[in-house]
Amino acid sequence: MTDETAERVRRRVEEVYRADSRRVLATLIRLLGDFDLAEEALHDAFTAAAERWARDGEPANPRAWLVSTGRFKAIDALRRRARFDASQGELAERLAGEARDAAAREAEDVEDDRLRLIFTCCHPALTPEAQVALTLREVCGLTTEEIARAFLVAAPTVAQRIVRAKAKIRDARIPYQVPSRAELPARLDTVLHVVYLVFNEGYSASSGASLTRADLSGEAIRLGRLLIDLLPEPEAVGLLALMLLHESRREARASPDGELILLDDQDRSLWNRDHISEGLALVERALASRRFGPYTLQAAIAAVHAQAASAAATDWAQIVGLYDVLARVDPSPVVELNRAVAVAMRDGPAAGLALVDAILDRGDLAEYRFAHAARADLCRRLGRTEDARASYERALALTRQEPERRFLERRLAELTG
Amino acid sequence: MKYLCMVYLDERALDGLSKSEYDALVAEALAYDEELRKGGHLIVAQALQPVQTATSVRIRNGRVSATDGPFVETKEQLGGFLLIDARDLNEAIQLASRIPPARLGGIEVRPVRDLAPA
Repeated sequence: MTDETAERVRRRVEEVYRADSRRVLATLIRLLGDFDLAEEALHDAFTAAAERWARDGEPANPRAWLVSTGRFKAIDALRRRARFDASQGELAERLAGEARDAAAREAEDVEDDRLRLIFTCCHPALTPEAQVALTLREVCGLTTEEIARAFLVAAPTVAQRIVRAKAKIRDARIPYQVPSRAELPARLDTVLHVVYLVFNEGYSASSGASLTRADLSGEAIRLGRLLIDLLPEPEAVGLLALMLLHESRREARASPDGELILLDDQDRSLWNRDHISEGLALVERALASRRFGPYTLQAAIAAVHAQAASAAATDWAQIVGLYDVLARVDPSPVVELNRAVAVAMRDGPAAGLALVDAILDRGDLAEYRFAHAARADLCRRLGRTEDARASYERALALTRQEPERRFLERRLAELTG
Repeated sequence: MKYLCMVYLDERALDGLSKSEYDALVAEALAYDEELRKGGHLIVAQALQPVQTATSVRIRNGRVSATDGPFVETKEQLGGFLLIDARDLNEAIQLASRIPPARLGGIEVRPVRDLAPA
């Protein structure tokens, strides 16, 4: 074998790894019934591929080859361990028997394996942090270190979350399956929530040096696309639309030196037209289903913004109307706050401020930095400088993100100036 | 696989029920026990006396110490339990979700650990 062949095969194996490793893993978890065993098998299968494909050529169906190789590598590994632990031998023989029986109907529901993996990683019996970490690790293939960096936590913390989650899947026997029709709506909500959490952390970093983390938003959008390929439910379509429409503004949301730019002041020519047109089409599709929910409604609101030539030309009445529906479907103080801001744009700052104050007076959102920032902005527009200052200061005390801090400090300085 | 379904509720919620509401809940709970038994899922189910009847037993330095009350003072107390047999956690959750007092309190579902030597 020449070095050139070896290099060509190595590159090809890497390509297959990027494209197919998650699919292969998803199937191996089903066949082997264990996450750790499947990950080990996946690793062994790709190591074997680099060797064997160089010698024998690439197989006709690389993915099937990898699954089958991984499966037998796992059985071999268990047989070796059987010398020390008899139970591993029993498991090896059971898996080997299943491999013989199943060889004929191998292709059956391989596509469903990825959905099984998603629903298992997002099982409601796991904590939300564990769901997010496990999904990014197993479904997206991010390393523990990458996940830790993205969420600004220590790598051992993430590793431990993943280890505990896998232990719970095994010990509480969380099944590797797509939920039944009856369970699907509630279970899909959890999956969508995980995707949304990943996206949100990418869209508006909760802390740290930068405003956004493009890598996380990108992963969330990839997950959203995968989900609607596998399970085109209206809310999944609505969530993808929402993410694309928000993502379309990425370039316009920060200045070249990383400073925050609000919607009103954004250069709309920087908005990504491809994302917008794809997002608009998806919103239409989700709305047409008549079975849509909060994600689709939020996407519809983002769609109104995306279609407006300027902040002033925005159809604020329609936005208020959509928030009214959203507040009925999914009531929350944050929805009320956003509705109040839209009311301020439609009816003037005084009307909006009355609503924001009502929310804050109830004690809701007292720790929510955007509520104080919104109040500050409305007071500023009404010329109530002292109230504006107090609210900007409150927002400033609550923010843990650098660009936001600088933005609020600029606004405070302008009040004085 | 065996799962212990522990029924936690605020006893005041039970006390707050009228006689007929309480009787209806008990009848419903017994009927559900029967349904689980017929389906081959029920191993044992018991309601518990109120938490004032609880005694906590510990051994410290080789001596038994018994004290009044439950281990943890919380609003929601263990009111009863069902030991069930289910295929996996999803089936256990589905069965637990239909335990009638779930509407008053909550059900903690815990897989049973096999202590037999490996």
